[in-house]
Amino acid sequence: MGLTASSTGKAALDRPLILRRERPDDRVLALAGNPNVGKSTVFNQLTGMNQHTGNWPGKTVANAQGRCEQEGHGVILVDLPGTYSLMAHSAEEETARDFLCFGEAEGVIVVCDATCLERNLNLVFQILEITPRVTLCLNLMDEAQRKRIQIDHTRLEQQLGIPVVPVSARSGRGLEELLTRALETLETPPVPPAVRYPLPIEHSLERLAPAVTPLLSSGCSLSPRWVSLKLLMGEEACLGPLGISWEQEATLLEIRQSCWEELEQNGIPPVQLPDRITAALVMRAEELSRETVHSESSPAAERDRRLDRILTNRWTGTPIMLLLLGVVFWLTIQGANLPSQLLADGLFWVQDRLSEFFCWANAPEWLRGLLVDGCYRTLAWVVAVMLPPMAIFFPLFTLLEDFGYLPRVAFNLDHHFRKAKTCGKQALTICMGFGCNAAGVTGCRIIDSPRERLIAILTNSFVPCNGRLPTLIAVLTMFFAGAVAAPYQSFISALMLTGLILFSVLLTFWISRLLSQTVLKGMPSAFALELPPYRRPQIGRILIRSLFDRTLFVLGRAAAVAAPAGILLWLLANLHSGDQTLLQLCADFLDPLGQLLGLDGVILLAFILAFPANEIVIPILLMTYLSAGSLMDYTSLSSLQALLADQGWTWVTAVSFLLFCLVHWPCSTTCLTIKKETGSWKWTAAAFFLPTALGMLLCFLFHSAVQLLGIGG
Amino acid sequence: MNQTVYPLNELPEGQTARVAKIQTAGSMRRRLQDLGMIEGTAVCCLQKSPSGDPIAFLIRGAAIALRNEDSRKIFVC
Repeated sequence: MGLTASSTGKAALDRPLILRRERPDDRVLALAGNPNVGKSTVFNQLTGMNQHTGNWPGKTVANAQGRCEQEGHGVILVDLPGTYSLMAHSAEEETARDFLCFGEAEGVIVVCDATCLERNLNLVFQILEITPRVTLCLNLMDEAQRKRIQIDHTRLEQQLGIPVVPVSARSGRGLEELLTRALETLETPPVPPAVRYPLPIEHSLERLAPAVTPLLSSGCSLSPRWVSLKLLMGEEACLGPLGISWEQEATLLEIRQSCWEELEQNGIPPVQLPDRITAALVMRAEELSRETVHSESSPAAERDRRLDRILTNRWTGTPIMLLLLGVVFWLTIQGANLPSQLLADGLFWVQDRLSEFFCWANAPEWLRGLLVDGCYRTLAWVVAVMLPPMAIFFPLFTLLEDFGYLPRVAFNLDHHFRKAKTCGKQALTICMGFGCNAAGVTGCRIIDSPRERLIAILTNSFVPCNGRLPTLIAVLTMFFAGAVAAPYQSFISALMLTGLILFSVLLTFWISRLLSQTVLKGMPSAFALELPPYRRPQIGRILIRSLFDRTLFVLGRAAAVAAPAGILLWLLANLHSGDQTLLQLCADFLDPLGQLLGLDGVILLAFILAFPANEIVIPILLMTYLSAGSLMDYTSLSSLQALLADQGWTWVTAVSFLLFCLVHWPCSTTCLTIKKETGSWKWTAAAFFLPTALGMLLCFLFHSAVQLLGIGG
Repeated sequence: MNQTVYPLNELPEGQTARVAKIQTAGSMRRRLQDLGMIEGTAVCCLQKSPSGDPIAFLIRGAAIALRNEDSRKIFVC
């Protein structure tokens, strides 16, 4: 649920990254590292920002930047997406590599996971080939200690030839030293020894480098050795931004040709170069880690394995997954009841006082109507209906996320995704969709294959986002759980909501499969999913972060839409054309279509007006019904149900409403994000019309079936 | 050195073996190399998923899930 202003708002549009310097002498440092090593935590701690963090690989998908001050220097930090290597074969690796090579970074901090140093060193070596101004941040030292892993960082520093700083980013330990030493590398660049490749390769590099050096402009910080390596591997495409037309450098190409022939004679055909080069890096990492890392088998690693055996086991894996989902929903529904009630009471008390104030001030009646009945009341509905469930659901979900459970969901469900010929990582983007579909769509960047990414994007809006969950909960509770005795009500609601979510996930599978077999044909691509160690969630931080960063952000967005929508609604309900209000006219116009779907014109109108934010469907609905005459105060959900029943709602209407709420067009923010991610209006249109058509079809089929069977209430 | 070589997906849970040959090509091969899996690397089978596919392996200290269609092209001994 990478849901912050920066992941869904305008900031995410800033690609390619434009650095925002406050002072001309601000230094620029890039933060690189493997996925899920705590880069974003380091970034947040240093800059005081709130880039989303969570225990699964691939949260940071776009470059983020922040600024901090250290000893009078301004430093701009750029948080790069996590990558295992720079031999770019995915979008985020390309982003990271291009920024390191051709961006404005003056130095790099490579964040490494101290509990898994050996693999992380591979990336360190690759970055060292590009620039010597590198500082190694040995993060998660606290965790390494718990796992009884000891790292001789002084020796590591000697061997690597660059500063190595042990850090525990979550508690902030070591960060100041990290920044100081990273800034030092900008003044006096370290001279790290290069990883030696097999002799024939080294020989080729020695021959190429002198021919490459004169081509690189004086301002270019790339090392000739690295450029030569890329040329030798035939990967000059990734050197594009240098602006050199390699095909015109005849001498250089001749040297390369003769190098290739020489390599071939020495038993290294050019196709084997990537293998040999990676092997050299991996072996060096192994050697270095043998010298500097000492680990005993630890109870923590054992505990992870035991937990995995329970959470992903053949017999218990799936039931536990469903149970957790159900419990999260139950807590949300049960917990939101009372606060919702109190908020509604309070906010409508204020509404009455506002009305009195307008009367006392002799304000014109239309002004009072517009501002109080229109604007304020819609806002109040949004806050009362939306805030409590969001304030409970977000932190609970973040808790699971921080703990490291989400990748296990992907692990458990991959089999089903493979059947749909897509990628298990889609499970992660679905989970993000629970928070906000726009964030879910952006998150699809973690999926490597373009075909599978597109499918994940097109189907993301099938899972109800946080703007729709409270709507679903309200209708479920009103129409279906109402018959049950009070203590079990929330339990039944949760059960039904879980069922509804399962239905939306099944729908995702079916539609993904359908797409895979028709317009987006193809086989599933490479899949390697990292299951990170479980981490103890930071409960206090989660509460604060999810409340302020996400809940209030989402609520703010909804409120920003609700206020003008309220004014528009009031105008529609009070301006007349002939003897009908405009609202009635619109609703009447939509009514035939609505009836066909088992809904009515007002419901369709509510969904259309809620295009900017799904949160306001129920408020619009109520406002519209209320303005139609029967005035009523909000006392409880059952009074809402009475109001809806007055307007002709039956259980059939409710089911159709739930179906349509689950499957209809994505909100405007999501549509814009899809346009941004796919770069195509065609796919955006597909993402808009696919769920719309499907939702209408489902509603129509359901309504027709009920009528045929004659069981409609 | 005449040990039997078998596909990685047949490695029983909890057991460790060494990679003898990697027969995947293209992006999967690169991905495995990024994770530090080359010939000679020790791999431990940690856990099968509920459906038996994918399977999680311990590769250089990290738990990585691989699909059977990929792991059957990696041979261990």
